[in-house]
Amino acid sequence: MLKLEVRPEPSRAMSIASPLIALAITVVIGTCLFLLLGKDPLRGLAVFFVEPVKSVYALTELAVKATPLLLIALGLAVCFRSNVWNIGAEGQFIVGALFASGVAMQATPATGAWFFVPVIVAGVVGGMCWAGVVALLRDRFNANEILVSLMLVYVAEQLLNYLVYGPWKDPAGYNFPQTITFLKSTQVPKLFTGFRVNVGVLIALAAVAAFWVLLFRTYAGFQLQVGGLAPAAARYAGFSSRKALWSSLLISGGMAGLAGGLEVAGPLGQLTPHVPAGYGFAAIIVAFVGRLHPVGIVFSAILMSMFYIGGELAQSRLGLPKSLTGVFQGLLLFALLACDTLIAYRLRWKPARVAPVAPASAAPGDDAPLNPVVASTSLPARGGV
Amino acid sequence: MDQFALLLAATLNSGTVLAFAALGLLINERAGVVNLGAEGIMLVAAIAGFATAVHTGSDWLAFGAGAVAGAVLAAAFGILVIWLNTNQYATGLALSLFGAGFSAFVGIRYTQEKLGEQHTFHIPVLGDLPFVGPALFRQHPLVYVAIALTVAIAWFLYRSRAGLVLRAVGESPESAHALGYPVRRIRLAALVVGGALCGIAGVYVSVVYTHLWVEGMTAGKGWIALALTTFATWRPARVLLGAYLFGGVTMLQLQLQGEGVQISSQFLTMLPYLATILVLVLISRNAAFIRVNMPASIGKPFFPG
Repeated sequence: MLKLEVRPEPSRAMSIASPLIALAITVVIGTCLFLLLGKDPLRGLAVFFVEPVKSVYALTELAVKATPLLLIALGLAVCFRSNVWNIGAEGQFIVGALFASGVAMQATPATGAWFFVPVIVAGVVGGMCWAGVVALLRDRFNANEILVSLMLVYVAEQLLNYLVYGPWKDPAGYNFPQTITFLKSTQVPKLFTGFRVNVGVLIALAAVAAFWVLLFRTYAGFQLQVGGLAPAAARYAGFSSRKALWSSLLISGGMAGLAGGLEVAGPLGQLTPHVPAGYGFAAIIVAFVGRLHPVGIVFSAILMSMFYIGGELAQSRLGLPKSLTGVFQGLLLFALLACDTLIAYRLRWKPARVAPVAPASAAPGDDAPLNPVVASTSLPARGGV
Repeated sequence: MDQFALLLAATLNSGTVLAFAALGLLINERAGVVNLGAEGIMLVAAIAGFATAVHTGSDWLAFGAGAVAGAVLAAAFGILVIWLNTNQYATGLALSLFGAGFSAFVGIRYTQEKLGEQHTFHIPVLGDLPFVGPALFRQHPLVYVAIALTVAIAWFLYRSRAGLVLRAVGESPESAHALGYPVRRIRLAALVVGGALCGIAGVYVSVVYTHLWVEGMTAGKGWIALALTTFATWRPARVLLGAYLFGGVTMLQLQLQGEGVQISSQFLTMLPYLATILVLVLISRNAAFIRVNMPASIGKPFFPG
């Protein structure tokens, strides 16, 4: 029978091939799904993989959607590498958008074009505050960060609803739950006239470089990752796990808040109850598919952005529900996790029942080597949900 | 007085959803597996059950369909985390995200449907008693099943041999393996049962509770159920108690909204989530206490050579 066997060394090739195999599996399942729904699978796939890159306009729209995903996923990569499970980026994104809007509404017709800077900074601060609550409760009271960060997403959504249905509602908005349209001076400069894509893309790309340096060229980044991979070793080396907790949560919260701020000061231009578009959750998948590596995340963010645009096109062109995007996102992460097994293990054909096997417990993670590329899913598990 | 009886009745009703889900997760975690996919399982089961109820008109078939859907998803999760050793947190998240997307996708054609008038349940004699009748004895049968299930699970865990083995697998899979127990198959069985229970909870939301299907309608109940197992320090009776407590908070919040209290409805809607955070903080404050009660191998993969 087929058996899994621990590889002497994690396979580097597999760690790069795994996302591609996962994508292939998702495409195959997607094709079956289109056939099942009675749609031409070629047209279906074209909507997801060809249309979003077909024209200059399509490409700029792809960048507009990829920007928040990229920013949030970069922050999450730091978190997951430090074994801090922040899954509430959606909430931090929303609060970032709220803070940014609060500042944006202070603009008057006289304010200069520089005003987008404080708007975005407010977004960062908002995201950090929301993630800071998670860090505080985890640090001070040992409360599980997975559940706390997720609960805070629901709280943030209600906060947003309160503001747009209540104090921040546009008095001239025909009673729609939305704020005023923010003034031009609060808007991030656009890169080209006629396209929605703005300076946010450049900020995101700069962030990629910054995170690469942080993770692989600084002592602080090294400390974070040791704490994630081998908590005992980190303790022995005197690396503070509290510091790792706070810094990774504040970084990821700040990035999610930055994404929220950029949305407010860019494509959205006002607050509505539809601000949360699921970027915070999709970014979790982006981070894993990108191997928690800044460069990998660029590619996975683009891929996920294609899923988003493809879902919208599938709705308008094929008459399929937009939630198809969510189905594919989930499938992709499932397939990736399954394929990732082949990084640390290999398949071996073994004749069934040779001899009683000694219970050797070789749980991945116990002896996981310090290889940042395979760090993704072989993180040591920590109990306590 | 009448209003209080109604509130009590509603609390039992809404607590039942959490009780089923949290009891299922309790069985998982007692075997050492954390299933963060509970929310996704509940959503898929909610639409599976709702669609079944729409087409067949039978509530019981709906619960059957939901339980099967939950068991299948949990089995898929189990194969990934138990045999392929994927990270339990990441895989559970994948299940939750997939479940949210898949249920929305399948459910789109059912958004306009509404189930017909529900039968009312009424236990003869007891249901006619003043006050306690409407409060306690006119509930959906599953409300009582949840209580019976709690007793059954408590008996199973602490009084039966199989329960002892299950707990052993959760505490020390290595020892259980050395004694010759099929650790991985036991974990899978625990997951399948837990998934089915989460599925029943999901169907309860769509079929009994609201009679309709709305995208993302479980609104975090799967996550709250996960918090409940910690809150209950992995004990069945406390899970039930916690479920009613949270059911009470949800109902109180709805009642206050209905009465037009001078607080914005959004802040009232936040209450169950804030209560979850508060409870987690209070119970986790004492790290040693949690460590003593927590199944020792929780969240850790087991790979027999």
